[in-house]
Order: sequence, then C-alpha cells, then structure tokens
Amino acid sequence: MSTRLLIRGGRVIDPSQRKDRITDLLVEDGRIAAWDPGRIESAQVFNAEGLIIAPGLVELHAELREPGWEEDETIETGLRAAVRGGFTSVGCLPNTEPPIDTPAGMQFVQAKARQAKLAKAYVIACISQNREGQQLAEIGGLAETGAVAFSDADRPVQNAALFRRALQYCQMFDRPVINFPDVQELSRRGVMHEGLVSTVLGLPAIPSAAEDVMTGRDLRLAEATGGRLHLANISSGGSVELIRRFKARGIPVTASTSIVHCVLTDETLRSFETRFKIHPPLRDSTDVESCVSGLIDQTIDVISSGHAPRAAEKKMLELDRAPFGMSGLETCLSLAATYLVRTGRLEWLSLLERLSTAPARVLDIPAGSLQEGAAADIVAIDPQAEWTVQPQQFASKCNSSPLDGERLYGQVAVTWVDGQPAFRSDEAADRWL
Amino acid sequence: MPRIDIPELEHARNHWTRPHLLDLESLSLEELVLLLDTAAVFKRVTQGCTRRFPLLKNRTCANLFFENSTRTRTSFALAAGRLGADTVDFTAAGSSLSKGETVTDTARNIEAMNVDAMVVRHATPGTPQLLARHVGCSVINAGDGPHEHPTQGLLDIMTIREHRGNLAGLRVALVGDIAHSRTARSNIWGLKKLGAHVIVCGPSTLVSRRWEALGVEVSHNLDEILPNVDVLNLLRIQFERQAARPFPSVREYALLYAMNRERLARAKDNIVIMAPGPINRGVEVTPDVADGPHSVILDQVTNGLAVRMAVLWLTLSARERSERP
Repeated sequence: MSTRLLIRGGRVIDPSQRKDRITDLLVEDGRIAAWDPGRIESAQVFNAEGLIIAPGLVELHAELREPGWEEDETIETGLRAAVRGGFTSVGCLPNTEPPIDTPAGMQFVQAKARQAKLAKAYVIACISQNREGQQLAEIGGLAETGAVAFSDADRPVQNAALFRRALQYCQMFDRPVINFPDVQELSRRGVMHEGLVSTVLGLPAIPSAAEDVMTGRDLRLAEATGGRLHLANISSGGSVELIRRFKARGIPVTASTSIVHCVLTDETLRSFETRFKIHPPLRDSTDVESCVSGLIDQTIDVISSGHAPRAAEKKMLELDRAPFGMSGLETCLSLAATYLVRTGRLEWLSLLERLSTAPARVLDIPAGSLQEGAAADIVAIDPQAEWTVQPQQFASKCNSSPLDGERLYGQVAVTWVDGQPAFRSDEAADRWL
Repeated sequence: MPRIDIPELEHARNHWTRPHLLDLESLSLEELVLLLDTAAVFKRVTQGCTRRFPLLKNRTCANLFFENSTRTRTSFALAAGRLGADTVDFTAAGSSLSKGETVTDTARNIEAMNVDAMVVRHATPGTPQLLARHVGCSVINAGDGPHEHPTQGLLDIMTIREHRGNLAGLRVALVGDIAHSRTARSNIWGLKKLGAHVIVCGPSTLVSRRWEALGVEVSHNLDEILPNVDVLNLLRIQFERQAARPFPSVREYALLYAMNRERLARAKDNIVIMAPGPINRGVEVTPDVADGPHSVILDQVTNGLAVRMAVLWLTLSARERSERP
C-alpha cells in the first residue's frame, strides 16, 4: 500500500530548479511525486501555510567522532542533531579513532547510520593511511565502498608532494579532495586568531597566513593536476581572495565556510570562554565581511555548520588545554536566517542553495533537490519563529556553542527523510491534519 | 563591618565595588586611583609595610600558584599576614591537577575549605576569569600567562608616582619581551589611564606594531628612544614561554637592548630604572645599573606589599558587603 503525504500551501523553494512559489507538494512512497497535484484523496496532510518548504539541508563535512570519541558524539546523536537542524544528509569526516581509512571502517559508520534511521550519512574517508600524512590510503577500495570524498579532516596534509599525489589519484575515481587549509608550522600552539585582540589578551595566536599559504598551495596544485579540490571552512579574507582569483581562471575548485565565521569575530575571546575556541579561529570583522561577500558572489559555494563536537569536560579545561570545537548542526540554519537573510545579504533561495543543492553537488550525492522523482528529503522552516539557543537541550552530545543564549530567527518545523518525519517540532504539532 | 578611623580608607571602602581583581584593562581611572591611594595609605600606616594592620582577622587567603613564583607568592602571603589573615599555600605539583582534575574542580574544592580569597597564578590567560565565574570567593589575578599581572602593574605605577609624582605626560618605556609579558600589559593599561606616554621597545619578533592601534608608541631601537625617556621598565626575557627563539642569541639581545653604563650615560639625569624582577643579570640590565642610584628595584618590592594589602582588603570588603542583605 502506498503512503501519501500532501504538504499543503507552503512556500516551496527548490534551488535545484530555481523555483520559489507557494504550492502543494505531494510525496508518495518516500519520493517527490508531484508539484501542485490538485485535489488529492486519501493522503495525510501537513498544513505548511506560512512555512518554507525546501530540500533537506546537506552538511558537506561534519565530525561525528564515532568510533573512538563517543564521549564527544556518536553517529546516532550527531545524526539526531542533524535532523533537528534541518539536515537530511551529512558528510562524515574521518577524524575518528581509528581513522576511517579502510572499507571495514567505512562499513561500521554506514551500518551505524542505517540503524539510526535519521539523516543519511555519507563517508568522507582518509586521504592518508591513519591520517598520518605519509602514505595514501587505499583510495580505490574506499571509493568502491562508497566514500564520497577524501580528507584528513583536522590534520590537513602538510606534505605538498603527497597532497599533489592525492589530487592526481582521486581523479581516477572522480572524487573531490577536501582540505581544511592550515600550515601547522605557523598555527601550532595557537589558540585564537592573530590580531589586535590576541595581542591584548596575550594568547598564543594563529596567523591568517597559516590558512592562506596552504590555500595558495592547494589551488596551484589543483590547477597543475586538474584534480577536484574543495577548500573547507575558509575563514580568512586572504583565502577568499585567492579562491576568487583561481575560480576566475576556471580552476575546478569549490569552497565552504562555516556559518559562525560569517557572524562572529575574535572579540568574543575577550571572555576567555572555550566555547569560542574553534578551528579555524574566529577572525576579525574584515574577515567576516570577506566570507559574507564571498558567499554573495559565489566565491564560496557552500555553508557548513562547523559541527566539531567535543565533550563538556574537555571544553571545561583552560583555554590552551581545551580542544577546538563546537556544536553547530542545530543552530546553523537559524544563524544563517538571522544574519544573512534578515539582514538582506542573501535571498532565501540563495541561502538554501548554499545549504543543500551546492554541497550535494560537491559530494555528488542524490540530495538538495525537490524535483519530481527525487527522494523526499524535505525540511519545513518557520522563518518568523524566534527562539533562544539553549545548548543543554541540544540533541548533540556536545553542548558547547558560541551562540549560547543568543536570540535567533527561523526554526525547523519538520524534517522528512525519505518521506518519513525524522524530526517534528512541538510548535508544528497542530499542522498535521 | 567595623569603622576604621582613617578617612581615606573609609572612603575607599565605600567606593570600591569589585569582589575580584582580574585585570587593569577594565578598571576606570577612578578605581585605579582609589587602589593606588589605598596602597599609599597602607604603606604609611604600617610604616613601610613593616607593622601589622589587622583589618582582615579570621579571613583566609589561598595562594593557588599553578606556575612557579617566589616573589609574588611571598608578597601576597606577607600582605595577608600584615592584615591579620591566614594564608594557605597550594602548589600545582603536589595537587590533584597531575591526576587530571580540572582547574575549576580544584578551585571549588579549595573554596569549600572556607576560603575568602583566592590568589591565582596560571600559565594560561583567562584562568582567573574562568575561576571567578565558578567560585564565590574573591579572585585575585597574580599573573595569567602573558595576559595581565594587575598587582605588578599597580606596584610599578605606585613606584613611579612616588618618584615622579603626576604621571601625565611622563614618557615610560617598557623594554624587552612585550609579547610574553603580563607585566607589560598591566603597565600599559594603568599608565595610559593615568595619562603617561607609553613606549614599548624590543625586537620586532617580540614587539607587535599592533600596539600602535591602542595609542602606544612602538620602537625597536632602544638607543633612539633612550634620551627622551623618563622611566625605563626592563622586562625579563621569558625564555620559558617562547616556542621558538625570537632572536638569534642572548648575546645579540644584550648588545641591542641591555641597559648598561654606556647607555645610562646617554639617558636623562633623573631617569628611573625599574625591573619587575627576576632579572637575567647581564641580559636585560647589567649589575652596575641594576644596583645603581637610578634603580628603584627594591622600592618596587616594598610597594608590592602595600598594593597587595590594598587589593586584598578592598576586594574582600566588597564581597562581604555584597553578601549582606
């Protein structure tokens, strides 16, 4: 027996078709069956009046920490946080213990994600064996097992020759190499962005050059090899400018920035609170403006939540001993709605593009679209709802958030994965007819 | 709270509201002057900090030093003693920190022993601020990494005031490892509030041009600035905090920045030479200058006691007043 759901009267925004209009959407057997289907009998109805209906969001790269760091996050809690934040697909980074550098390791993550029945997880496997930056991992076998991309996550490959080889080798499997640019010789021991604030606070600092030097290296190597490069969590104005220049030359590069880097600055560290200790570090207001204008002119393709969960007891340590990291999945959309859409910097269509269609394209996964026949991964958003961030109530195990206590606009009402509600807010309870 | 028959102290206590002293940056000019004036009164009524003045009887101060110190720790203990308070000492090496306890837990445990004030030194900037959010007692920052060392800044300024009176327009140079110096930062904030012209001087790898944005003069050439300087504060090279050597050799540093007899001859006649000590003799300053007539290093030690008495008494009084309904 087929199951049918009519999402009625919402403002349906589908960046993949550049459509934005008020209409009904029919879901049947976990797929988008029709736009504006007319009179429908025997369907469950969801009243979407006043809501935005969009493709489920896609997190291009999040840390889910399992196996090995279950005190920070598990695949289940991470994917639960994802659907609460409107995400239906998540690229999982391999900074686990052991790192995901074998098909067996991948299968563990895939099985855990299937059991969770929440958001869909896609594995980003290691570039190098054991993430040591010495030898390539068995990229062919990993690609065959379903690895959607390759990355050494928060331990970016320092060795330029190895990185070049990774770009060349991954071309055979048409997979992108994702790098979080950071020259560790320059950033080592640093706690925050190097600038006036770090000078005043006396905290060991990370210069923007640590990011920019490797961004430059990676872009040049991508140009030389023709490999697919994705530069992840770009935070400095210098890197945005480099990417803009190389894109203008037609280099096949994509880039992401985390939403907090479009909003918060290093001034937050004046509180000395570890919840502002994230990597890359929060930079100054000109960098923030560069990230936002990079998003506007499409130098930056993708917005990431910057989800890098770390257990509360680790974040309670002194600033230099506490790890970098934050919980991001449950605040990403609202933060973007508040600081990019309400401020008039981006239209909803463009924002949702950067949060769904664009990352799906980078990972080449079936997501980020509401076309007829696509999987019914859908998010319903109440754009007017106002709420206060309370990290203690996160589904994520990590309750360290740089947005603790902030008032934000825009709230996820329902998240459907394959037509099934994986999250429903209490506020939307009376919309089910 | 008993009355004190010294009007200046009564006035200070009525106007001071902070239960903690974490930095000089956030103090108002009025608060800064109040602290300095109070310290001067304490120095006077205790005859140069040699007599007891037991305003804090039955109170307990804990010295929480997560980093080595002899001078500051002793100074705080003596200051507490002069005020009639007890001091318990806590050293990181013998503590449960080595067993993985967080610094917050350690502080809470010590507070549970009915401590009224915690004097905290830690290698990480912001740790006293962190503890102040988690404990109910007064927290005094005795140095948080390269961030601030407010009582050192106060005692340096008190010493300059004693020798030169009004600080407005005075040219004060801080020489050496500004990047890693908490003393430099506390001095900069305090001196600027009082209207002094502050110069930071040292190798370009240790003295950031960014200070200019805060109205501080930046120099890399001691010989150039020396003839017009009224006060010279020679900061220790913090070898232990430097990740990599920021200059080629100690010899080269001494050649460029050591305060020696030849340089002294080119300075103003009434120049005041200070060092927040421990000094590396022969590196920042040669022995003849350190022990010479321009040096006020030993005044700094006495003033340290007076400043710490003032800080302990004012913060504890503010906390006790806020606790009463």
